[in-house]
Amino acid sequence: MAISDDVLVIGGGLAGMTAAIAAARGGARVRLLSHKASTLRNASGLIDVLGTDPGGHGPLADPFDGLDALPQEHPYSVLGEQAIREGLALFDDLLGDRYLGAHTDRNALVPTHGGTVKPTARYPAATAPGLASFGTETLLVGFESVTDFDAPLAAAHLETAGVPFEVRGVTLPFPGEFRADARVTRMAHALDEDREVRADGPATGTRATLADRVADHLDGAERVGFPALLGDEHGEEVREELADRLGAEVFEVPMGPPSLPGLRLEDALEAALHEEGVRVESGNPVVGYEGDDRVETVTVERVHREVPYGAEQVILATGGLVGKGIRSSRSGVREPIFGCHVPQPEDRYDWFSDGVFDDQPYARFGLRIDEGCRPLDDREGVEFENLRAVGAVCGGYDSAREKSASGVSLATATVAGRRAAECL
Amino acid sequence: MSDAYTPDDGSGIDATTTPGGTEHTRDEYEPVEVFPTEGMDLRPGADSCYKCSTCDTECPVAEVNDEFPGPKFQGPEQWRLKRNEDTDIDDSVMKCSNCMRCDSVCPSSVPLSQMHNTARGLYVEEQMETLSREYIRNRILSNYRTSAWLASKVPRIANVVMNFGPARWLMERTLGVTAEREFPAFATWTFREWWADRGGPRVPNDEKQVAYFHGCYSNYNTPEVGKAMVRVFEHFGYQILVPEQGCSGTPMFANGMLADAERHAETNVEGLVEAIDDGAAVIASCTSCSMALRQEYPELFDLKGIDDLAANTYEALEYLRINEDLEAALSESEVDSQSFAYHAPCHARNQGLATQAVELFEGVEGVTATDVGDSCSGISGTYGWKAENYETSMAIGEEMFEHMAADEAEVGMTECPTCAMQMEHGTGYEIRHPLQVLEAALC
Repeated sequence: MAISDDVLVIGGGLAGMTAAIAAARGGARVRLLSHKASTLRNASGLIDVLGTDPGGHGPLADPFDGLDALPQEHPYSVLGEQAIREGLALFDDLLGDRYLGAHTDRNALVPTHGGTVKPTARYPAATAPGLASFGTETLLVGFESVTDFDAPLAAAHLETAGVPFEVRGVTLPFPGEFRADARVTRMAHALDEDREVRADGPATGTRATLADRVADHLDGAERVGFPALLGDEHGEEVREELADRLGAEVFEVPMGPPSLPGLRLEDALEAALHEEGVRVESGNPVVGYEGDDRVETVTVERVHREVPYGAEQVILATGGLVGKGIRSSRSGVREPIFGCHVPQPEDRYDWFSDGVFDDQPYARFGLRIDEGCRPLDDREGVEFENLRAVGAVCGGYDSAREKSASGVSLATATVAGRRAAECL
Repeated sequence: MSDAYTPDDGSGIDATTTPGGTEHTRDEYEPVEVFPTEGMDLRPGADSCYKCSTCDTECPVAEVNDEFPGPKFQGPEQWRLKRNEDTDIDDSVMKCSNCMRCDSVCPSSVPLSQMHNTARGLYVEEQMETLSREYIRNRILSNYRTSAWLASKVPRIANVVMNFGPARWLMERTLGVTAEREFPAFATWTFREWWADRGGPRVPNDEKQVAYFHGCYSNYNTPEVGKAMVRVFEHFGYQILVPEQGCSGTPMFANGMLADAERHAETNVEGLVEAIDDGAAVIASCTSCSMALRQEYPELFDLKGIDDLAANTYEALEYLRINEDLEAALSESEVDSQSFAYHAPCHARNQGLATQAVELFEGVEGVTATDVGDSCSGISGTYGWKAENYETSMAIGEEMFEHMAADEAEVGMTECPTCAMQMEHGTGYEIRHPLQVLEAALC
């Protein structure tokens, strides 16, 4: 067979990319297959580990304090605290000073675009001055064309949540001529390039014009939060210039998709993959496999044609119900590539509970894994000796409720990547 | 219609339980079709869109042209608007360059380019004035094969006339074909003339056969790419067939000239399917040609054998990587030290081929190929030849030009003939096809 590698990673999200890097660092020749471009651009860019208390309600000050209360099938319980720490260490090493939060085990409280506060373990440097735990008076600035962020509403929410600072919101027009539904990337690039804006008087740069418009509303605020569009490649420079002109700290509020912090994280991890010599292929889905107790080849569908890819070790990082790594139909819930066992109630009406915000069984659907991240069959045996599962395709945890999505991805990816390389 | 998008609803229905707790078997359960499914039904695709706008952030035209509403509008939103029969297709659809990058990022597999192609076809058929300058110009540009065929009869004269200043001024004034670009030279000896002259295939082999779809450009403009394909495949022992063929249709899709495209498709499907029936795989050296044969044909036309053709078409390097141990063959080769600035064409990206050339040449002693980034070259076939698109085209290409300039290589490399034109236009570099580099290494 012509296309063959030591380790094959299926899926290009946070878990797949970090697993590939971990395996490459272990000395393996790694190929990463992604059906589409990475969906990290749909992610907030925040790295959470465990945000809410599994035993009770509300945010958790230290994610490591919550581990003991997790059920035994939770990936954290299976892999142990050390795996989480290894995952975070890999992330910190890859992102360097672009991310903060490594100085403590404790969660940081990041205000979101909805005006809620999210407990998170790592956060982009651009978000840092905005943490809700600082008591500094805050102005939130929204833009007329960025309808996902209603600054006055977000400010009101934060006040209701009882944050220890005064917060106001104002909505302004973004400098320059943009269509009413312009994408955030366009505004970010205008700030990157500091494009000239001609309003009434002489032309000035986008940054200066923006600072001028905000200054009228500052009224004593010591920090100013903008939707996360303050530059793409030159974000630090943009924030510094705005802060300088305003005489206040400037920070970004993480947004929904398409998310610039997610895109920046995607770019950083893609550069790291390149650095580690991982071969990345995007554009075609993996649809099946050949093999018995071992996966011998995985089958890639290349525009109507099936092509086998060989590997010694395979890492499944295809995501959960949203990412389509887990599928459901009337007949049941399944993992479509390898047909791995997905524990589920027999009766479809037990998949969910009636209240929208109830503890939902379907949110925990996914593969059960052993301590080497290998998927388990219905008798707790290993499905395939050389297949490992990472990230949201794993079950036994409710990432939205717990705020644990990134932590599980990093912990499983680090263990699976390292083990895969060790098994060569 | 043969290949309208259908969502994967899982493993089908074999049993279901109603809230009352009654078991139904598959025989009893009769799902009701709410929407008609005959004809091209794009509804499932439109319904799969959850408006994340990822496509809009990926669109190279929307990035530089604020007037362009982006793929989400051109695709699912326009499709819905069009359900009201008195709603016209928005004329901005002609600003889409058909790079198909939106397809490559959609997390929900919405068939965006298929929606754009059908909307554009409808716009041209129903709303465009056939006597307008735009229509005439687009018809001429998209039927490049016809002009190239004519020029190939008198290549030397054509090369002079096509780049003669006053003639180009007139073409811009009367037809709106930009005078900024230099017309590609026509070969004095086409690929097919060369092929006939050498007496066709030199390697007879019943077991390993490929049919070469050379397309218009390798035939009329860069026969050296076609020759490289022949030599490389013969090196691996393949018997090569060169069936009768027309244009792949790529420039016609991009201009909404679907009737022209279908006429050429009929010729191609007929000739190539005959070769497939004889056991050959179809190989294209242009990634837009392979894209058309594999994806756009079954999405847009209903011709006998069209699915066979789609399933048996490959890009040249792709085929060799799957079927030969190229890595081993190349590990023994050595070529004079050369560096290339490689650009992956958008249509290669959509077939999952964006990284194969760089990966392959990593193993060749003496060759350094550096990917100059994932931006679009901006020319998109006939798009950048239109006077009104020239500026947009160059603005899109800016990122690629900068990355090429920053790389130490002073020769470019790409699979797509029009990307090559743009790379040359923006940097002055000579541009090679990966097959030519492979030929140097192996033959």
